[in-house]
Amino acid sequence: MKLVFNYLIFPGFLFSAVVGLISGWFDRKLTARIQWRRGPVWYQNFLDLIKLFSKEIIIPTEAKFTFFISPFVGVCASVIVATMLGRVLVNPSESFIGDLIVLVYLLVIPAIAFILGASSSGNPLASVGASREMKLILGYELPFILSILTIIIKTGSIKLEAILNHQIVYGSHIASFSGIVAFLVAFLCAQAKLGFVPFDISEAEQEIMAGTLIEYSGPLLALFKLTKAILLYIMPIFLIVLFIGKDTSLKFLFLKYIGLITLIILLKNTNPRLKIEQAIKFFWGPVSFLAAVSVILALLGW
Amino acid sequence: MSHKVIIPIGPYHPLQEEPEFFRLYIEGERVIDIDIVIGYNHRGIEELSEHKHFDQVAYLVERICGICSTSHPFAYVNAIEDLAHIQVPERALYIRTIIAEMERIHSHLLWLGLAGHFIGYNTVWMWAWRYREPILDCFEMITGNRNHYAMMKPGGVRRDILEEHISPLKKTLDELNKATDMFYGAVVDDPVIKARLKGIGILTKEQARNWCVVGPTARASGIDIDVRRDDPYGAYDRVDFNVIVEKEGDIFAKTLVRIKELYESIRIIRQCLDKMPKGEIETKIKEIPAGEGIGRVEAPRGECFHYVRSDGTNRPIRHKIRAPSYMNVASNKIAAVGGTISDAAITLAAVDPCYCCTERCSVIRKKDNQKLLTGWDLIKLSQEKTEKLKKEMGL
Repeated sequence: MKLVFNYLIFPGFLFSAVVGLISGWFDRKLTARIQWRRGPVWYQNFLDLIKLFSKEIIIPTEAKFTFFISPFVGVCASVIVATMLGRVLVNPSESFIGDLIVLVYLLVIPAIAFILGASSSGNPLASVGASREMKLILGYELPFILSILTIIIKTGSIKLEAILNHQIVYGSHIASFSGIVAFLVAFLCAQAKLGFVPFDISEAEQEIMAGTLIEYSGPLLALFKLTKAILLYIMPIFLIVLFIGKDTSLKFLFLKYIGLITLIILLKNTNPRLKIEQAIKFFWGPVSFLAAVSVILALLGW
Repeated sequence: MSHKVIIPIGPYHPLQEEPEFFRLYIEGERVIDIDIVIGYNHRGIEELSEHKHFDQVAYLVERICGICSTSHPFAYVNAIEDLAHIQVPERALYIRTIIAEMERIHSHLLWLGLAGHFIGYNTVWMWAWRYREPILDCFEMITGNRNHYAMMKPGGVRRDILEEHISPLKKTLDELNKATDMFYGAVVDDPVIKARLKGIGILTKEQARNWCVVGPTARASGIDIDVRRDDPYGAYDRVDFNVIVEKEGDIFAKTLVRIKELYESIRIIRQCLDKMPKGEIETKIKEIPAGEGIGRVEAPRGECFHYVRSDGTNRPIRHKIRAPSYMNVASNKIAAVGGTISDAAITLAAVDPCYCCTERCSVIRKKDNQKLLTGWDLIKLSQEKTEKLKKEMGL
């Protein structure tokens, strides 16, 4: 019973969706203020979602079964991540050995769901979007895993509880040389995972008209929007747990979350979109180099 | 070339909010060919103009385009004055020049914003349009309208620039100069913008000449043309300004040309405000004699050309218009091929295309049947099409 509650209400589906949607509003509002606009009311994202859920589902004739199933896959994966992270933050003893590895796996799944859905929709623009998303995953996964490897080396464990405890005893990882470099890398990868500018290449509105999402409408689109909202909640929390997890009391958690999300939004609003080959060069070149440096620094004990 | 995928940009597409259709043939992400289809927005302005008298035509051609809404009437009145050998009062020439340069400023800022939007940089978009707003306010202050100013009339201008308009306008120009500094810095120094725009969509000098491009598109490819200097009209021969030319021919050069032209426009307006003499603002015209005249204007997008022929009645019997985008859009056939889809999106927009200026309707005549379409025929055609669509939709 408790498990069901955990997955469906808190800290799972309902909680993460609400926090994610409000974070989405924060993104829109801050973006609007940066751009001299007014911005929407705080419940705008909820209204958008309600509207989408009340619309009919249009399935293209060429679409395959996976077109229908992939939005659910995306939401489920992100909800599981939200639940695991939330449970560990509430009660660290809920952690199990290897949960970090499971999280890293699960964090790829929403992107895979986008690819799956897009490539089974039969739309040429969606397939361009899917191929871009796939290339982007290839680009950012390597540095992302290297940056997590840095944390594993520093704590000597693949258990979230151990990572949190290590930071409580020795201070946040970000305070060390290897930690800050790894954080920088993971932050850039998180931006790409969220699909925000400069890495919103797979959805580039002005080039391929929302790319991966082009054929989606109604509730299915709403599910993808929900996936994105939940991702906007879990990516900063994931970074907080790994890098700045010294004090996870509610007050500090909130402040750190707001701080991180503001950074993400600022990065989003001060850059144009990269081209896909530039993004891959960026991730495989300087970012991977930084990630390797952080691993070496961690091995040296810095 | 085994597997060709067609990516449609248009007829309705978030890239450019006007009806146009680019068919991109792509392999992977690379554009290997492009088809340009225009003609979704044809309104028969030339034909309409031949049914209006000379004063009305100025307002008609103003509605060719909402952005160059002073360039077309300016070129038209130049043509009329050339036809009838009219001496325009000095003050009117200065006022025309000021309005034309203000239009260039707002048009270039509009393009800058859109270009930012097209490379996914929405902050630039909003900021550029924010700084465009005070210029539109100045237009409203001087002419009463934000976009269709209705300032030009054969023989002069319709409204005077009053003494109390001058200081707010100068203040706006000062602020704009600072904003231009900011945009210049933001474009020249931003490494990501450079990575997106440098070496993309190159139109070499030779190609630019072959495709007859005009305006900033040509000047960014190293062709030193500018009607304002080469064939002065208005008060351009009385002010000092530079023609901005860049050699590279890529999108970065086109951006630089437009931003630098903002400075020149600000300079021209300031000089005009200082030098403007007092006096009449229009010459009364009794009648337009038979004859023909041409008018050329450097619109924000390039040379805008009007030809008017009169037979001594009160309406033109022929009015020919060549808008700059008509020459520029075709050059995308060279510039956009070879890049990726991302490059094509910005390349197609880099000539600052204006489709409502560009639309043409062509009728292919058979040898035996010499029928030409009249304005009424066009209306009938469009009504028939509406009926057909209604039937197809089951209405």
